[in-house]
Amino acid sequence: MSINRRSVIKAIAASGALVGASVLVPRIAMAAWTQSAFKAEDQETAMQELLGGTAEESAEVTLKAPDIAENGAVVPVTVRSSLANVESMSVFVEHNPTPLVVEFIIPAGTDADVSTRLRMGKTSKVTAVVKAEGKLYSASKEVKVTIGGCGG
Amino acid sequence: MSMTRREFARLLGMAGAAGVLPATGFAAKKQPSDLYEIPKSGNVRLLHMTDCHAQLLPVYFREPNVNLGIGKAYGQAPHLVGDKLLNHFGISSGSLEAHAFTYLNFGDAASRYGKVGGFSHLKTLVDRLRQDYGSESTLLLDGGDTWQGSGTAFKTRGMDMVKATNELGVDVMTGHWEFTYHQEEILNNIKVFNGEFLANNVFVTEDALFDGADEYIFDEDSGHVFKPYSIKEIGGARIAVIGQAFPRTKIANPARFIPDWTFDIYDNEMQALVDKVRAEEKVDAVIVLSHNGMDVDLAMANRVSGIDVILGGHTHDGMPQPTTVKNATGQTLVCNVGSNGKFLGVMDLDIRDSKVQSYNYRLMPIFSEILPADPAMAKLIDDIRAPHMGWLTEELALADEVMFRRGNFNGTFDQLICNALMDVNNAQISLSPGFRWGTSVLEGQMITMEHVLDQTCLTYPETYVRPMKGSELKLILEDVADNIFNPEPYLQSGGDMVRVGGFDYICDPMQPIGKRISEMTLDNGERIDANKTYTVSGWATVGSQSEGPIIWDVVADHLRDKEVARIDKLNTPILKNVGNNPGIADYAKMES
Repeated sequence: MSINRRSVIKAIAASGALVGASVLVPRIAMAAWTQSAFKAEDQETAMQELLGGTAEESAEVTLKAPDIAENGAVVPVTVRSSLANVESMSVFVEHNPTPLVVEFIIPAGTDADVSTRLRMGKTSKVTAVVKAEGKLYSASKEVKVTIGGCGG
Repeated sequence: MSMTRREFARLLGMAGAAGVLPATGFAAKKQPSDLYEIPKSGNVRLLHMTDCHAQLLPVYFREPNVNLGIGKAYGQAPHLVGDKLLNHFGISSGSLEAHAFTYLNFGDAASRYGKVGGFSHLKTLVDRLRQDYGSESTLLLDGGDTWQGSGTAFKTRGMDMVKATNELGVDVMTGHWEFTYHQEEILNNIKVFNGEFLANNVFVTEDALFDGADEYIFDEDSGHVFKPYSIKEIGGARIAVIGQAFPRTKIANPARFIPDWTFDIYDNEMQALVDKVRAEEKVDAVIVLSHNGMDVDLAMANRVSGIDVILGGHTHDGMPQPTTVKNATGQTLVCNVGSNGKFLGVMDLDIRDSKVQSYNYRLMPIFSEILPADPAMAKLIDDIRAPHMGWLTEELALADEVMFRRGNFNGTFDQLICNALMDVNNAQISLSPGFRWGTSVLEGQMITMEHVLDQTCLTYPETYVRPMKGSELKLILEDVADNIFNPEPYLQSGGDMVRVGGFDYICDPMQPIGKRISEMTLDNGERIDANKTYTVSGWATVGSQSEGPIIWDVVADHLRDKEVARIDKLNTPILKNVGNNPGIADYAKMES
């Protein structure tokens, strides 16, 4: 017997509620330090404040995001990495008023595979940064946000 | 009952004598034939229709004189118009085919050759092409945009077209405008549809799964709302047909009707699916029935390998022959078969030794004067229309010139709509979507309510009037222009440029977003100021429902006041940097 998809999602949601408090949200202890990153108004500063450096592009980071957003208010993105010993995964939207959207802290032994939804006001480059063994790796993709209409 | 070949030949003879057929060109060259004779070849016949937009009766339909190709699409099919298209495909000018495939000499040729399309005429041809070949070796595939575009489709929520496609014998379909009804209506229509509704790229949202969407979706584990593909054993071959619905449905059309579903183009998943059906289902050929639009299909054919044929739609390009696209492991044929019921694509495939060995393709124009009506289909259409005849047949005004829509910028019928919006809704400026559906009316013909519905009938027809800053107006024009002229096909959404009334502008399609539109100027000569506010009227809002009167009533009100519908000024833009583009001809306002 296989568990159906809905049960799996519900199970994940339930465990997320428990686990999330400790690891899946920015750590409260770090709040003072990350606040400056989340409030930074340009991507470079945000990345510097959060991760203390700039990332290099890597094929071992996969960023899945739509070419065109169906709804800019909830743009689904998935970040995966095949790198060993991933410590954190964060997502930046360059043209958002505050580019840093989220940082996931990845506990040791956890698959580096996260999904979330971004809010985007306009077309922008989206960048995922993975921190592994102290180094920073990234993948980027432009996501188009359009006013819509005019289908053929 | 179906016609014999002899009956066809006799009819053609009569048609020729009556001056229906031209003395020169395609029909004359291929005599004594019958226009619809195809020598038998191969072992599998795919009959392909798309984008009929609920046109049950024969119509006039003018092909575009502006269909610009930008970037890699420059000068390539489908971005060829007029003589450029004829030369590319080796079609003689002045022929019946030239009339079918181009806008050239449209008014005269249309009066001479008569209307095109119509389901009862299409039915006669489909039956004949199936019987000639052996019905068990044929499939009829419909690329979608079937349930929307007419008054009767609107009134019956697409059900009239479900009945008509059942009568026609459609085996497989996919969709786009089908998704402009409510989710439950779509599912209900599909239940009544005798064929299979396929879409590999429509998924249920995770939120909807919580709310019980698992009760009706095709596959709870994969999240596919519809069956993604179907295996057909025909003509001794095993064929996979994959459905690809319009990936931008929730962007181009209201998302509120289909809140639980999500669409996109998924190259990796498509590749995985093609590989899977080849490996596990042991198919001899893979066909994709697509509503991507031709530019996107050409790009997808290059990125994904292992597809033999893409039967495409959406962009309404009537291409006489497929485009061959090379990819990692071989090649893919990409077809597109026009719109409004005007054409039927016939792809005969020779499939042997687990492989497509060769093909023979014809895109057949449906000339309703040559193909007699199928009585059963004609009866069904009469029954569908009967309750609405009073509404449909109201005469509104005489057309002073050919009234049409198709083309990258304002057509004459668009201008009527834009003028009506300004007139009836008291606005300085009007905007009307650049849809590619909408039939044509000949000079001297009476414009009826049905013609207005052909141009405007959709499920979100309310108009609006609102103040808008010059800067907002520019933003809208830039955004829509990028949906057409972005050189990357996956960033296009299909459709043409938004139609405008009350002002002109300059458009440079070669520029990036934000730099294509300039010098927006009101009809009175006053330059539009970015910071000034204007009264703008439009219709077909995708975000939320507008408050104003229904668009077809607005247009009808405007026309009822006139005896003759006349266009004094066409608000088409001055174009820059496209003077040599083979996708434009007979366009007056150009700057180099």
